[in-house]
Amino acid sequence: MTNKFTNSFRLPFAWLTAGAACALSAFAGAAQAEKIVISNWDGYMPPDLLENFTMETGIEAELSVHGTNEEIMGKVVAGGGKGYDVLFVSSPFAEALNNLGLVAAIDHDKVPNASNLYDEAKELAHDPGNNYSMPYAWGTTGLCYRSDLMPEPTSWNDLLKPSDDLKGKVTMLSTDRWLMGAAALALGKSLNDTSDETLAAAKDLLVAAKQDLLAYDDATFYLKLVSGEATMVHAWDGWCNYGIGENADIKYTIPSEGSDLWVDALVIADASENKDAAHAFVNYVLGADVGVWVASNILYKTPNKAAMEALDPSLIETFPNMGMSPADLTKYEQLRDLGNGQKPFARTVTEIMAAQ
Amino acid sequence: MRDRSNMGLKLHLVLFYTFLYVPILVLMALSFNRAGLPTVWTGFSLEWYGKLFTADPILLAARNTLIVALISTVLATIFGTLLAVGVETRHNSSVLDAVLFAPMIIPDIVLAIALLSFFTLLNMTLGLHSIILSHVVFNIAFVVAVVRTRMRNFDHSILEASADLGASEFTTFRRILLPAIAPGVIAGALLSFTLSVDEFIIAFFTAGAGQSSTTLPMQIYAMIRFGVTPEINAMATIVMFVSFTLVFFAQRTDKEVFSR
Amino acid sequence: MTNRLKSVILLGPGLGWLALLMVVPCGLIFTYAFFERGIYGGIDHVFTFENFVRATDPLYLGIFLRSAKIAFLTTIIAILIAYPAAYAITLAPRRWQTGLLILVILPFWSNYLIRTYAWIVMLNREGLINNTLQGAGLIDEPLSLLYNNFAVIVGLVYNYTPFVVLAIYSSLNRINVETIEASEDLGAPAWTTFHRVILPQTVPGIAAGGVFVFVLSIGNFITPDLLGGGRLQMVGNLIYDQFLSARDWPFGATLSMFLIAIMMGLLFAQAVLANRAAGQRGQD
Repeated sequence: MTNKFTNSFRLPFAWLTAGAACALSAFAGAAQAEKIVISNWDGYMPPDLLENFTMETGIEAELSVHGTNEEIMGKVVAGGGKGYDVLFVSSPFAEALNNLGLVAAIDHDKVPNASNLYDEAKELAHDPGNNYSMPYAWGTTGLCYRSDLMPEPTSWNDLLKPSDDLKGKVTMLSTDRWLMGAAALALGKSLNDTSDETLAAAKDLLVAAKQDLLAYDDATFYLKLVSGEATMVHAWDGWCNYGIGENADIKYTIPSEGSDLWVDALVIADASENKDAAHAFVNYVLGADVGVWVASNILYKTPNKAAMEALDPSLIETFPNMGMSPADLTKYEQLRDLGNGQKPFARTVTEIMAAQ
Repeated sequence: MRDRSNMGLKLHLVLFYTFLYVPILVLMALSFNRAGLPTVWTGFSLEWYGKLFTADPILLAARNTLIVALISTVLATIFGTLLAVGVETRHNSSVLDAVLFAPMIIPDIVLAIALLSFFTLLNMTLGLHSIILSHVVFNIAFVVAVVRTRMRNFDHSILEASADLGASEFTTFRRILLPAIAPGVIAGALLSFTLSVDEFIIAFFTAGAGQSSTTLPMQIYAMIRFGVTPEINAMATIVMFVSFTLVFFAQRTDKEVFSR
Repeated sequence: MTNRLKSVILLGPGLGWLALLMVVPCGLIFTYAFFERGIYGGIDHVFTFENFVRATDPLYLGIFLRSAKIAFLTTIIAILIAYPAAYAITLAPRRWQTGLLILVILPFWSNYLIRTYAWIVMLNREGLINNTLQGAGLIDEPLSLLYNNFAVIVGLVYNYTPFVVLAIYSSLNRINVETIEASEDLGAPAWTTFHRVILPQTVPGIAAGGVFVFVLSIGNFITPDLLGGGRLQMVGNLIYDQFLSARDWPFGATLSMFLIAIMMGLLFAQAVLANRAAGQRGQD
C-alpha cells in the first residue's frame, strides 16, 4: 500500500527535479557584460530606445523596472544604489536621494541636449539649475470626470464634499502626498505645510471625505470612469487622458484652488561606475524624438521644448490638457521632500487611513 | 448514510473547483480583450497573444520566475523536510518553534530590506541567485509547517522496528519514513512553489539590477502606472493551459505505468 | 552514525540557512528600532526609546485589532471550505489525488494582481455577478459587492483557501481508513465517527492551515487596496508604508517587532490549544 502511493507521487517529483536541472544550467549561462542599467516604470520610454541608444553611442544599456517611487527609493537606500546607473523618479524622491548623497552631480558639458528644455524647466524649485536631475515629464493633478453625467467641477471641495448624487461615485488618490495635497489646496495651504494646524484641518477634511468615496484608487481610476462605476476621480492629467482616449465624454479640469506641479526626472546614481555612459544616456533621452514619443504615447506633457513644438496638433485637440503652457504649469507649487515634517505627516496619513 | 455524505462531499468539491476556476475563466476571457484595459471588456481580439510572443521582457521574466520558483522549492523542500523530521523526532523546543514560525510572520518588507542590506554589507553581487537564497527562507517555514502536521501522531515505533531489523538509517529514512510523509512533502512543495511564483517585494529588493533578474511579478507591478495590458492575461492563460496539460498527461502516464 | 551527527544532518542545513539569512539580517534591522530616523530617511545613530513609546499608541493597536478581525474571519471561512474539500480529495482514488491537489493550486500560478483584477470584473456594480443576478430577475438594483470588507474577505479566502486544503490534506491522508471502518462497524453514526475519530487526528492540519491564512491575510495589502478600495488598512500595509512612504525605518522596525511578538504569542497559544484538543479528543 505504501509503495503504491509513493509511486503515484514519483512522476511529478521527477519532473520537478528535471526542471530544476534545466533551470540551473540556463542560470549558469547568464554572464554579465559591461553595460549601464536604467531603472524606470515599465512602458515609460520608447520600446526601441535602448536599442537605438546602443546603435548611436555603442554603449550597451539594460532596463530594470520598478513599480513605485517608494520601492526604488527603498532599494537604492538599502543597497546604496549599487548596480544602477540612471533612475527615473518623481521630483520629491530625486530631492531626497540627493540629500542622502545617493545621486551624482550632472556635468552639463556632457548633456548638450539640455538646451532642448524650456527655460522654466531649468529653474524648477526642487533643483534650480538642474544640478542633479533632468526633468523628463511634468503635469498637474486635478479632477477627471464624466461630462455627460455631471457639470464641470470647479473646486476641490466638489471632490471632498460631493453633492448627494455624487456620493459613492468619486475616488481619490491614496498616495500620501497627493491625498493630503487635495486637502491642502482646498484649505488654501501650501502643499508642503506640515504645521500641526494644517495637518489637523486636512485630517478632519479627509476623514469626512472618506465616507463619501467609492474607493481610494491610484492605478485604475480612469477605468472606473470608463465602466461607469465612478463619475469623478482624483487624477493625474496623463492618466485622465487614457480615459479620454476610451470615452470622449471624459474631461479633465483643474479646480480653481489650483494643483501641484509634478515632475518626473532622471538622476544619475552616485554608485554608477560608468558616469560618462550614464550622462550620454541622459543626453540621449533629452533629444526631441524621445520627448515626442513620450507626449504621443504616454500622453504626458514633457518639459522638452523641441519635442512639444514638434507635436501633432490633433493630439492637443483630443487631449486639451496637453496644450498647457510651461508658464501656466510652473505657476503651481511642487511637492518637496518634507524633511523633519515627514514624521507628523506620515502619522496624520496613517490616522486618516485607519479612520472608520 | 455514508453514500449520502459522500455525495455531499463530491458536490462540495465540484462547487469548490468552480469557485477556484470562475475568476480564472474571467482572467482568460480578458486575454482576448480588444482594448488594453485590465477590467473593462471592449470586444474580441487575438492581438495580445501576438504581442506576447514578441514581448521579450515578459517572456524573460516568466523564465526567471520559473527558475527562482523551481530551485527555491527544491531547496526548501529538502531542508524543510529534514528539519521537520529532526524537530519532531528529536529536538522539540519553543526557541526552535519560534525560529521556524518567524519567516511566516516577519513582514515581507522587513525581510526584503534586511536581506538587501545584508547582501550589500557582504558586497555580494545580486542576481537570480540572491532571489533564490531569499525565497528559500520563507519557503522553508511553510514546508516545515506542513510536513510537521504529518509527523504528528506518527508511529515512531516503526522506525525502531526498522532499525531493529538491521536497516541502515538511510534505508529507514528512504523506505519507511519518506513514503509515510510523502503527501506532506508534496503539499509543502506545491505550497512553496506557489508562494514563490507570486512573491513580489522580496524578489524586487534582492534582485540584481537589470532585465536578467526581473521576475514576472516585478514586471507586472512595474506596468501598473502605464497600463497592465492583457498580454499578462495571455501569459497567465498559456501558463494555465500548459500546466493543465502537464498535469493531465502526468496523470495519464501515471495510470498506465503504475496502476497495473 | 552518532546521534549528534544525525541531528546535524537533519537540522543543520535548514537552521543554518535561517540563521544566516533570517536571524542575522533581521536582527540587524531590529537594532534600528533603537535609533532615530534621519531627516531624509535612513538612520541617525542616536539612541532612543521613542519608537517604542510611539508604537504603544492605541492608533496602531487599533489597526492591528481590525486587521486581525478580518484575518480571523477569513481563516474560519477558509477552513470551513477547505476541510470538506480536502476530505473529498482523500476519498478519491489514490492515483487521482496528486492531480486533484495540483488542480486546487494551479489557478494560483497565474499572477496575484490579475487574479484580483478578475475579481473586480466579477464583483463591480456592472460586473458579472450583478448582471447575472439582474438578468435572472433575482435583484432589481445592483448589489454593492466591491470596495468593502466583504470584497476583501472574498479575495483573501479565494487566494488562501488552497493552502489550507494542502495542509489539511497532508494530515487527513494519514488516517487509516480502517479506523473509520472499524468505527462504523461498531455502529457509530457518521457524525460520531467524524467527531471522535477523524477530526482529532486532523487538528494539526487545521491548525497549520489556519496559521497560513491568518499570517498571509494580516500581512496582505494588495487585496485591501484593490478590492477594499483602500479603506481598511491591514498591518502589512502599515509596516510597508513606514519603510517605503514614510521612510521611517526605525519606526517600521519597532512596529514589526511588536507584530512579531504578538503573533508569536498567538501562535504558541494556538499550538498549546491544538495539542490539547488533539490529545483530549484522541483519548476519550
